[in-house]
Amino acid sequence: MDLIWDGVREAVRLIFTGNGYVFEVTFTSLTVSGLATLIALVIGFGIAAFLVFSAPPGRTLTLSVFNAGMALPPAAVGLLVAVLLWRAGPLGRLHLLYTPGAIVLAQAVIATPVITALSVAGLQSLHPRLRLQVLALGASRWQAAVLLFREARLSLLAAVMAGFGAAISEVGATIMVGGNIKGSTRTLTSAMVLEVQQGDFETAIALSFILLALIFAVVLVLTIIQQRRPAR
Amino acid sequence: MNEPKLALRQIAVLRAGRPVLEVEELDVFAGEVLAVVGPNGAGKSTLIQVMALLERPASGRVLFAGRPAHSRLLAHRRRMAVVFQEPLLLDTSVEANVASGLALRGVPRADRKRRTAQWLERFGITRLAARSARTLSGGEAQRTSLARALALEPEVLLLDEPFAALDAPTRETLMDDLDGVLGSAAIATVFVTHDRNEALRLGDRLAVLIRGRIRQMGAPGEVFAAPADEEVAAFVGIETIVRGRVRSAEGGLATVDVAGRVVEAAGMREPGAEVLVCLRPEDVVLSPAAESPPQTSARNRLPAVVRRVLPAGPYVRVELDAGFPLVALITKQSLEDLALAPGAQVVASFKAMAVHLIPHRR
Repeated sequence: MDLIWDGVREAVRLIFTGNGYVFEVTFTSLTVSGLATLIALVIGFGIAAFLVFSAPPGRTLTLSVFNAGMALPPAAVGLLVAVLLWRAGPLGRLHLLYTPGAIVLAQAVIATPVITALSVAGLQSLHPRLRLQVLALGASRWQAAVLLFREARLSLLAAVMAGFGAAISEVGATIMVGGNIKGSTRTLTSAMVLEVQQGDFETAIALSFILLALIFAVVLVLTIIQQRRPAR
Repeated sequence: MNEPKLALRQIAVLRAGRPVLEVEELDVFAGEVLAVVGPNGAGKSTLIQVMALLERPASGRVLFAGRPAHSRLLAHRRRMAVVFQEPLLLDTSVEANVASGLALRGVPRADRKRRTAQWLERFGITRLAARSARTLSGGEAQRTSLARALALEPEVLLLDEPFAALDAPTRETLMDDLDGVLGSAAIATVFVTHDRNEALRLGDRLAVLIRGRIRQMGAPGEVFAAPADEEVAAFVGIETIVRGRVRSAEGGLATVDVAGRVVEAAGMREPGAEVLVCLRPEDVVLSPAAESPPQTSARNRLPAVVRRVLPAGPYVRVELDAGFPLVALITKQSLEDLALAPGAQVVASFKAMAVHLIPHRR
């Protein structure tokens, strides 16, 4: 128990003394995972809209792939992305390996199936004839999609929160493709791993509290948006 | 009449390779209400979706004011409005719901507000304007849905069982309101329902849709009085439908052999023709078998045995055996006065005029 209390105290101290190292890894985590979530959101919403509204053949199979993708092992994703980004790999020319960009890519791969699968569930929970009604009201395909996304906003924002959570709490792939380089690819989670390996449990616990606080802050903002009364 | 506002030509819709809707020709004109009646699963909703350009038929053409409707899909869709059985409101205020179709068309805000206010008023829901659509009762929600459709000032209005989910009193008042609105507008309206009474109430013309095909079309009175075939007859409420053979026909009166009994029917058929004898239950009069009944103009008087007595709302359905199954609809008072019970002997009378003959195609 003492260790945890010390960790909390250390976290508070690190946050309020404006510790540069903590600020830096927090910033990296936030931007990298934020960007990864954004990419996953664009891809995930797009795929979900296609699967639900166009009902293409093989939808159930595709959907099971995304559903299974929610349990994608981060280590496997990390390995795959690393192989792709190796200098001799298909994406080697991008020179992304061991850069924040590589982590963004890996985390986006992890978050995309989460956002896709949950968005599909959200859109499918709308009344099946609502899309017909919206089209009958004179909506173009785009207008219909926007209106239906707005109708499903509760589930879609939940999907985004889950995707962001999967991205920011991920560590295996982050280290594999990012290399845990101080000042560049070190995130809150990879820093925690390092501190634990070095035996500095106090700092590790402090970082974990900062991570939890960060996740809570982001999710709080999203939840406020989600629960806001519908706009006129 | 002039050119139809909306017309279907040789439409076929398939599901899993099988036809669910086949319409040779169907026209709707401005200012009329075409009621389409049919049992559940007849293809009524599919018909509405084809007309609303929400479903593309496997073959055939939809014409909007004489032009192919699918050529400018969105533009044509924006000249129509659809109300479904479920209100299908958006998760926002009542007012924003009524305005939603106008907003999608880019109608300027001031105009939108004016038209929304007008239709909220017409459907008596002005006081609900600021309410969230989620909190509405079924009747209020359907009013909102109707106001939303009519605020678009559509040239074609498609109603897909809009009253089916409402309780009887709500349905009555809403139907009155809609009747008033439709009567004062030059909208071409298609009103789909499984309820014969609703169709009679709102329809200027009636089309009977059974198993994906329009079996009969005409003035409501005509369809109800002279159904074209057995299934239409059953659907419009004719409960006695029995096979017979015309023995003779003269002077506007046909004599038909039905299961060894003789039934007289108004109308001409060729002697020897196989026919279906159709009779509405409310046209059958029952009297005690023992009494010598007064002289009446009823041409048919058949001794019968009561088989079953079933309550039917405020009335009683009496199933009889008159050599063939015969159904009568009488009041509870008459049931008591006649002391009818299974096994009772009665005389069933009906006018030759009440009997409708349909040629029986084998």
